[in-house]
Amino acid sequence: MTSLIVRGLSKSYGSTSVLHGVDLLVPNGSFTAVLGPSGCGKTTLLRLIAGFSDPDTGTIAFGDTVVAGPAQRVPPERRRVGYVPQEGALFPHLTAAANITFGLPRGKRRLRSRVNELLDLVGLDVAVADRYPHQLSGGQQQRIALARALAPEPALVLLDEPFSSLDAALREGTRRGVAQALRASKSTAVLVTHDQDEALSMADQVAVMRDGRLVQSDKPSAVYDHPADADVAQFLGEAVIISAMVSHGWADGALGPLQLSAPCADGPAQLLVRPEQIHLTADVSGAAGEISAEVLEVYYYGHDAAVRAKINGGPVILSRTVGAARPEPGAVVRVSVHGPATVLPGVPAGV
Amino acid sequence: MLLAAVALIPLLFIIGYTIAIGPEQAAALIWRPRMGELLWNTVRLGVGCMAVSAVIGTGAAWLVERSSLPGRRLWHVLLVAPLAIPAFVNSFTWISIVPSATGYSGALLVVTLSYFPLVYLPAAAALRGLDPVLEEAARALGNNRLTTFFRVVVPQLRPAVLGGVLLVGLHLLAEFGALQMLQYPTFTTAIYDQYKSSFNGQAANMIAGVLVLCCLVLLMGELRLRGSARYSRLGPGSARPARKVRLGLATAPVVLAMAALAVLAVGVPLASICYWLITGSSTSFDAASLVSTATSSIALAALAAVATTVATVPVAWLYTRFPGRWATLIERSTYIGSALPGIVVALALVTVAIRGVPALYQTTAMLLVAYAIMFLPRAMVSVRAGLAQAPPLLEEVSRSLGNGRLSTMRRVTLPLIAPGLGSGAALVFLAAVTELTATLLLAPIGTQTLATRFWSLSGSVAYGAAAPYAALMVLISAPATYLLTRQAGKERS
Repeated sequence: MTSLIVRGLSKSYGSTSVLHGVDLLVPNGSFTAVLGPSGCGKTTLLRLIAGFSDPDTGTIAFGDTVVAGPAQRVPPERRRVGYVPQEGALFPHLTAAANITFGLPRGKRRLRSRVNELLDLVGLDVAVADRYPHQLSGGQQQRIALARALAPEPALVLLDEPFSSLDAALREGTRRGVAQALRASKSTAVLVTHDQDEALSMADQVAVMRDGRLVQSDKPSAVYDHPADADVAQFLGEAVIISAMVSHGWADGALGPLQLSAPCADGPAQLLVRPEQIHLTADVSGAAGEISAEVLEVYYYGHDAAVRAKINGGPVILSRTVGAARPEPGAVVRVSVHGPATVLPGVPAGV
Repeated sequence: MLLAAVALIPLLFIIGYTIAIGPEQAAALIWRPRMGELLWNTVRLGVGCMAVSAVIGTGAAWLVERSSLPGRRLWHVLLVAPLAIPAFVNSFTWISIVPSATGYSGALLVVTLSYFPLVYLPAAAALRGLDPVLEEAARALGNNRLTTFFRVVVPQLRPAVLGGVLLVGLHLLAEFGALQMLQYPTFTTAIYDQYKSSFNGQAANMIAGVLVLCCLVLLMGELRLRGSARYSRLGPGSARPARKVRLGLATAPVVLAMAALAVLAVGVPLASICYWLITGSSTSFDAASLVSTATSSIALAALAAVATTVATVPVAWLYTRFPGRWATLIERSTYIGSALPGIVVALALVTVAIRGVPALYQTTAMLLVAYAIMFLPRAMVSVRAGLAQAPPLLEEVSRSLGNGRLSTMRRVTLPLIAPGLGSGAALVFLAAVTELTATLLLAPIGTQTLATRFWSLSGSVAYGAAAPYAALMVLISAPATYLLTRQAGKERS
């Protein structure tokens, strides 16, 4: 177990610059998700940490040991990194057990106890030990791949979009199993993903990447509630962003006066409200100061529903409501906001 | 690089030679009535054989894969079986019982019967790979069964069928033994005759030049086809098997026609060999010679298989791992080198060796080089497929688990590519073990293989004595053919 310290990491392929000065700190024993859209450089970052390619500038250190830096390069086989690639990449010519013990010293490869221990850790039955990869389901393959990575007790575990090839039903269970196994083994882990649910639900820290840069890195709830900018806000989930005027800790805009989550200087600002904060109710009274909206579309998901509605003389907003309590399209509803709004940093539009 | 250079020796030799003797002399040698006659013979046999093969191969493939023809597995085996009978053995079986099967019609019959499986196999594979979803989509868009066939099925079959037809053409241009035996002169037989009778380098080399030109024309077509044709089904899962078209009342005539084809392509040759084995073995049967030629055939072929496969690995590695212009150039050059007829390869090697390295002339090493040049692509295809089984990701995973480069090679890469190496070596072995043309020209004095011994016996009309050699060659080739049908069967499931 070790911490991971990445400083000023840059990498380009030919004339294409993939990473620009990335800094990342992953504390010992913690789980960080690197979140970004495809092509943002997150997989390159992971490959540099694993040692499959070398950075142009910057350093990578495991605790006090620099593994990549100017004039220093530790080959991948001596970094003690557990690597779980997309789709598992199990060795097709070896059984599950032989895959798991692949990274162990020769004498320990025959130990069935270690195999059973690891299968138990990743939540698989010992019966799968003698099967070949093609006889395993996608979720089982992924768990074996994790067991294989954990077997040599690596300093750091790297997971490269390990769940993206699984179908939805299998994905949730595999995610939980993997997260439990990583916590149980007290591993320091870095997960690369483009799925915000995955990042938010599994990690202790979410590092958001965009165009080869690290934009924000914080606890899941912090990046969700206080995103660095409007793009991050929208990437982490659905967002309603409106213009407002701030004075004395209150913001006044199309959604009426809103409380702020953090103090902010007076003046124009952009506000972030999450759809689940916006409640639509049928009790329209017509009283002064009441905000009403006309429902445009309703997307019903069973457990909940997303409602698009147009505020009278204002913007179109999105609301999430419990599935059973959804309004009908065309209905006029009263809009209320629960909880504080967040002021997005940066210059608001129109100023 | 070295491999590419060696593979290109024959082509460079022909080009260099033509430049060296100057345009006037080259023109004088080329613009002769004899040349026109050979060209006409070659072209009309080629076009005829390619056309008939296309019709028979595609038709049979459709019947086997898409109709209610009974006994599909049996027909599949019977339609691939002609590949186990080398063309020159096939022509021997025909001419020894039907002496009039000579000239254009005889040549067309025998050669087509030998080569139509080269169209059948890719056409059948393509039909099997066609996702019926596409046809269903066309039907849903308002096409009936016939227009669906022409607008959806035919365009998707075209690359496979054309590829097979061009392969037939290349084989035909290289064919020597069968045509010589059927007394149908083409470029290859003319080159051989010139070479044997007068050692007349100039004339033989110029004919070879024209022949190479013909090959290159076909090859360009093939390469363009390979480059652009990407109709294979993408995406996960396997295609559902298509619904069969019911033949109904047509079943009986169709079965009869297929049976007739099988009798001509497989029945006649096997019956003929059996006939000569029975009637001929009493007259002269030299068991010692049969054993010794078989031994040298197998030894040569095994050496060729190992050498060629080993030579292929670096090129295939380069091509799959570092794709780029250079890798492609090297890979293609091995391909071009091998598309040239064995007779041209042999001729070029003889001349180059006599001028450059006389010590090599008439050695086993030189024969092995010729085999390697001719059969590289067979190994290449398998080795590349094998390397595709070992993606770099698996090697990276192995590195991250603490294995160095060597250990990764031993524990991951080698076990994964071993089947590819094995099948590549087997394919080369089976091609080399019945090779005739280059062996005739290049084998060290005193070395006789099954093919050359058979050739000299059947040339002197000792049919009975030749039959055991023919039978042995068919027996040795049979496993490869069996593998081909089994492979096709695996794709089906």
